Amino acid sequence: MSIIEAQGLARTFTSRKRKVEAVRGVDLTVSGGEIVGFLGPNGAGKTTTLRMLTTLLRPTAGTATVAGSDLLRDPAGVRRRIGYVPQAIGVTAGGTDPNCTVTEELTIQGRVYRMSANDATVRARLLTDQLDLTGLESRQCKTLSGGQRRRLDIALGLIHSPAVVFLDEPTTGLDPQSRSNLWDHIAGLREKLGTTIFLTTHYLEEADALCDRVMVIDHGKIIAEGVPDDLKRRISGDVVTLSVNGDAGKAQAILADHQGVREISIDGKAIRMTVEHGEEALPGMLRALDEQDITLRSIQLARPTLDDVFLTLTGRSLRDDSPSANGNADESQDSSAQATQSQEGAGPAAGASDRELADVGRTGRR
Amino acid sequence: MMSATVTTTTDSTSQQDPGVQAERRQPALLNFFSDTWLIFGRQMRLSLRNPAWVIIGLIQPILYLAFFGPLLARIARAGGLGVSASNPYSFFVPGLLIQLGLFGAAFVGFSIIADWRAGVIERFRVTPVSRMALLAGRVLRDMVTLTVQAVVLVLAGLAFGLRAPVGGVLISLGFVAVVAVTLSAVSYSVGLLLKSEDALAPLLNMVMVPLMLLSGIMLPMTLGPHWLRAVAKVTPFGYIINAMRDAFAGHYFNTIMVEGISVSIGMAIICLWLASRVFIKENA
Repeated sequence: MSIIEAQGLARTFTSRKRKVEAVRGVDLTVSGGEIVGFLGPNGAGKTTTLRMLTTLLRPTAGTATVAGSDLLRDPAGVRRRIGYVPQAIGVTAGGTDPNCTVTEELTIQGRVYRMSANDATVRARLLTDQLDLTGLESRQCKTLSGGQRRRLDIALGLIHSPAVVFLDEPTTGLDPQSRSNLWDHIAGLREKLGTTIFLTTHYLEEADALCDRVMVIDHGKIIAEGVPDDLKRRISGDVVTLSVNGDAGKAQAILADHQGVREISIDGKAIRMTVEHGEEALPGMLRALDEQDITLRSIQLARPTLDDVFLTLTGRSLRDDSPSANGNADESQDSSAQATQSQEGAGPAAGASDRELADVGRTGRR
Repeated sequence: MMSATVTTTTDSTSQQDPGVQAERRQPALLNFFSDTWLIFGRQMRLSLRNPAWVIIGLIQPILYLAFFGPLLARIARAGGLGVSASNPYSFFVPGLLIQLGLFGAAFVGFSIIADWRAGVIERFRVTPVSRMALLAGRVLRDMVTLTVQAVVLVLAGLAFGLRAPVGGVLISLGFVAVVAVTLSAVSYSVGLLLKSEDALAPLLNMVMVPLMLLSGIMLPMTLGPHWLRAVAKVTPFGYIINAMRDAFAGHYFNTIMVEGISVSIGMAIICLWLASRVFIKENA
C-alpha cells in the first residue's frame, strides 16, 4: 500500500522577475515500510520536493496524497500523520531552541500534537531512551553535541509515532562515527516500528547503506529510480581495468567489440572499461586476449558506486556539487535554482572524511 | 487556510454538511486557545531563563526618568511647557510608558528571525499546531512582559514625585498593553518576512524614530509650529499619549479618551489581522 503518492509535483519560484523551476514534475510512489532516498546534488530540488510533501510549500502544479490525506485539500490531515526533521545545515537548523532543555522540547512537541501532558511526558521519556539521549534530559539544546542534537531532532519528528517520517539530510554535518550511529537508529525505526522513511541525501554511502530504493533527482526531475544495486548494474555497469604487456592499442581494439563493453579508454598500458555484468564478461575477455597472444599484468574488477550512476546519468560527478570541506555555504549553494524559499543544505559540512570515504568507495571513472 | 489553486478535480469533500463543519469549528477555536497557551508558556519560560533582558529593557526608560525627568520638571514648573506645573511627571511618565512599549515591542522581531534560523518556526509549522497561536503566544508573552515593566516604571515614577489616580494608571497600563500587542505582532510578521537582522534593524529605526518623535513623548506637540502639529496629527501614537496623559490627570470621559481608545484598538485590530496573514500563509 502506498503511503506517499505524487503526480506531477512542481514548484516554480520567481526571484527578481526570473522564473526558476526548482522542481519540474515529480512523480513518486512510496510504499508503507520502505526507506526511500532522494539523492541529488545541492540545488537539485530535493528539499523543495520534501517541503512540498510536508505542507511547508505549496506546489505550483501537481497533486499528492501523503499518509492518506490529500496534500492540497487537507494539509492539516497530512500534518497530523507525518513527522518531519528539517535539515540542520545551511540557512536554518534542525528545529530546536538552543535555550530549551531536551525534555521541554520533547514534551511541547507532544503537546502540539494534542497529547495530554501526561502522554507527552511518557512519550518523551520513551524516545529519550530509544535515541540514546538518556542523561541529557535537563540539558539545554545548545550544550548538546552535533550527533546528540540530531538525534533529538529525530526524536521530535517521532513524538506522535507517525506512519511516515521525512528526514532532510539527516546526517549532514556529522562526523563519520555519529553518522553511522544515526544510520543504525534510522534503520532501527523501520525494523522496530515499521515506520516509512523518506530521506534526502547527497551522500552516496548514506543512500547505499540505508535505502531500499533510491530516486536520483537532478535539475528538478527524477532521472532514475530503483534499488541501489540495480541502478548501479543497470546504469553504469562494472568497471574493469586490465593492464597488458605489449600493445595496449591492439588489446583495446579486441576488447571494444566484446559483448557487454560500453565504454573503453586507454591510459598508458591500462585499459579501462565499463562492462555489463563484469564478472561474467571477464573470462571471455581474457580468452580473447589470450588468443591474440596478449599477456596480462593485472586485472581489476570494481563495482560501481552511486556516484558512477550519477556521472553516467548527468555527465557530472555528484561530489562536484557537494559542499567542500573548506568551501563556504553560499558558494556551494545553487542560488539560481533555490530562490529565497528553500534551502538545500550547503555548508562546511561534508568534512574531509566524507571525501575520503567516498574516494575509497569509488574506483575512478575519470 | 488558503484554498487549493492547483487542482481542478472536483472536490467531493467540499460539499460537507454544515453540521460536520460546525462541529469542527468549535474545537478549532479551543485548539487555538490551548496552543496559544502552550506557546505562551514556552516563550515565557525562555524569557524567565534570561531575565537580564527584561531588566535591560527597563533601564532605558528609568534612565530617562532619572536624568531627563528633573530637567523637564524644572521647565514645566517655570511654565515653559504649558503642562501642569504642579505635577509634571503626570505628563512625562505616560510618554516614557509609550516609549517603553514602542521600543520594547518593536524589536521582538529579532527573536523570530533567530527562531526561524534555528528551524523552530518550520518545525512547528509542520505540526497540527495553530499557526495563529505561534504568533498569539509570543504576542501574549510580550504583552505580559511589557505590562510588568510598565508597572515597575510607574512605581519608579512615584518615587520621583509622580501623582496619579489608580484608575488613570490602570487605563494607561491598558494602553501600553494594546500598543505592545500591536507592535510586537507587526515586528514578528516583518521579521518573519524579512528573515534578516540586517534588514530589520534599519527598517525599524526608520519607522520607529519618526513615530516616536511625532508622538510628543518628551515635549508636548502643542509647542511645535503648525506644520509639525499637522504631521503629528496623522501619526497614531500622539492620540494614545494624549489619552494616557488625560488618564493620569484623572480625566476619563472626553473626546481625547475616545480618540485614544479608537486609535489604539483600531491599530491593534489591523496589525493583528495583517500579522496573522503572514503566520497563516502557506509558504513562509
